[in-house]
Amino acid sequence: MSRIKKAFEGKKAFIGFLTAGDPSLEKTEEYILEMERAGADLIEIGIPFSDPIAEGIVIQEANIRALKNGVNVERIFEMVERLRKKTEIPLVFLTYLNPVYHYGYECFFERAKQAGLDGVIIPDLPFEEKGEVKEAAEHNGVDIISLIAPTSQQRIEKIAADASGFIYIVSSMGVTGMRSEIKTDISSILSAIRRVTDVPAAVGFGINTPKQAEAIGEQADGVIVGSAIVKIIEKYQDRAAQPLHEYVKSMKEALPRLPVIPQ
Amino acid sequence: MQKGRFGEYGGQYIPETLMNEVIHLEECYEYYRNDPEFMNELDTLLREYAGRPSLLYYAEKMTDQLGGAKVYLKREDLNHTGSHKINNVLGQVLLAKKMGKTRVIAETGAGQHGVATATAAALLGMECEIFMGKEDTDRQALNVYRMELLGARVHPVTSGTQTLKDAVNETMREWAGRVHDTLYVLGSVMGPHPFPTIVRDFQSVISKEARQQILEKEGRLPAAVLACVGGGSNAMGMFYHFINDGSVRLIGCEAAGKGVDTNLHAATMTKGEKGIFHGMKSYFCQDEFGQIAPVYSISAGLDYPGIGPEHAHLREIGRAEYYPVTDEEAVDAFEYLARTEGIICAIESAHAVAYARKLVPQLSKEQSVIICLSGRGDKDVAAIARYRGRDIHE
Repeated sequence: MSRIKKAFEGKKAFIGFLTAGDPSLEKTEEYILEMERAGADLIEIGIPFSDPIAEGIVIQEANIRALKNGVNVERIFEMVERLRKKTEIPLVFLTYLNPVYHYGYECFFERAKQAGLDGVIIPDLPFEEKGEVKEAAEHNGVDIISLIAPTSQQRIEKIAADASGFIYIVSSMGVTGMRSEIKTDISSILSAIRRVTDVPAAVGFGINTPKQAEAIGEQADGVIVGSAIVKIIEKYQDRAAQPLHEYVKSMKEALPRLPVIPQ
Repeated sequence: MQKGRFGEYGGQYIPETLMNEVIHLEECYEYYRNDPEFMNELDTLLREYAGRPSLLYYAEKMTDQLGGAKVYLKREDLNHTGSHKINNVLGQVLLAKKMGKTRVIAETGAGQHGVATATAAALLGMECEIFMGKEDTDRQALNVYRMELLGARVHPVTSGTQTLKDAVNETMREWAGRVHDTLYVLGSVMGPHPFPTIVRDFQSVISKEARQQILEKEGRLPAAVLACVGGGSNAMGMFYHFINDGSVRLIGCEAAGKGVDTNLHAATMTKGEKGIFHGMKSYFCQDEFGQIAPVYSISAGLDYPGIGPEHAHLREIGRAEYYPVTDEEAVDAFEYLARTEGIICAIESAHAVAYARKLVPQLSKEQSVIICLSGRGDKDVAAIARYRGRDIHE
């Protein structure tokens, strides 16, 4: 069973996002392990990009800070390699397509496999263009995480049917960032997904409070939290381990527990 | 050719949130471009409002001085709002209205596209918001005020390099947040399909007229047509109806800034590499890790790290040529055209004039060339003065 699949086994998954290299790669590594100790089930590692068009201001600024620190894809792969010696938590990249294209698709996914990366989320790679990376990703055993948006409608089933790893449901229109309210009808998106696949589906964009995590967790297989985590790192910088631990723990504990099925 | 592709270039590399919207836009565009009523309405706007057809002017003094081919200027600078941008926005804003949208948003570099969009929005009764890099709002303050006069809201963009590419990022973010009543009126032949095709079609009126005009005046096709390229909309417009005329050289002039051997240029074709950004596969100025590089040009309208996908294709198949032109050459040409022909052109267009000054003397007197004068230069006067060491308040 893949590490990603295991993350959703018998529980609702908490997925934490941080930007690699903010405030430093050493700290990113430490914070990933800290989030795991606090209960995170899967970690999304943002590859900083000069022009992150799907991000709100919090993650945009983290990208700029990380790039100023001289972080690049190669050094992030090395960090994944180090992490893989210490933990089995599934790790996925969130990266825009150009850095992957520039690295070379085959080289990128071969390196990803070798480093122990489990999946890649590419926000500017819709279903129609998935052919760019599909072959290279598949034969290296790296999942391309598909995104489904509030506007996807009739596209949901074909996207879901081709999904692997988990499905990322974008909860709201616009860009990443904390929102006080999630208005999208998540349950109807989920039922469209369930008609064609049992790949787990997690919801992200805007989620930041335990109350939201609880409500979304009632329906989806997991919640994804980015900006709220990046905000904590922005505030505490090198000393974010403790506040991160407390935050992730509070979010994980808010997620509904699945009934234990007797063996 | 695959839909939305020019060879391998083009495509739709955008977030899922926008996919249904661009598919819908493509369907609506396909419908209306075949709708005689829509095309009539657009044609009337272009004639009665924008002032088309634009003149094809024989630049006799320039021709005499350069001592080679006859020089013709396609006077897009005489259009309403002062540039070729109006051709595209009248088409797109009218399309937006037919689609039932009530609000348009757009990026702008020098402010030409922003002013044109604000104008079309005022005329057609649409709400309008413009995103413009903070650096550009400073160097083109006059255009910011013009947009506001026209009823648009201008948002200075403070992210990234605070120039055109960041304005595009911000407009895409805005669009992803609000598609139901809003159309992104893209200003160049770039972005995800169908924008490169839509913008090219609306701009192709330039070469449609120019081809007919030159045949009337010269009885034969020109040896070359020249245009400046940033994203490449006036160039695509100038090239399009000449693409099948194999004898006509298609020449794009890109911004070399302080020189292509420095870090301060926007010469995508000369120095860029293949990449995928802003919804399209094309050429981009980027670093060794695929980060989009900061670019520079004296011309805010050419200060963009990419180029439209159809240009990448035309170069690859050997149909079009692209040459870098420095700030210094462009400023010289700007001053030269003013002195020689009494025309103050946009600093963007001056890049094409500069290359023509090199090319024309190599051609024979029986031949002719057409330079697309994409815009007028009022907006640039203060910046050129500063470049020459004179401080003029705008």
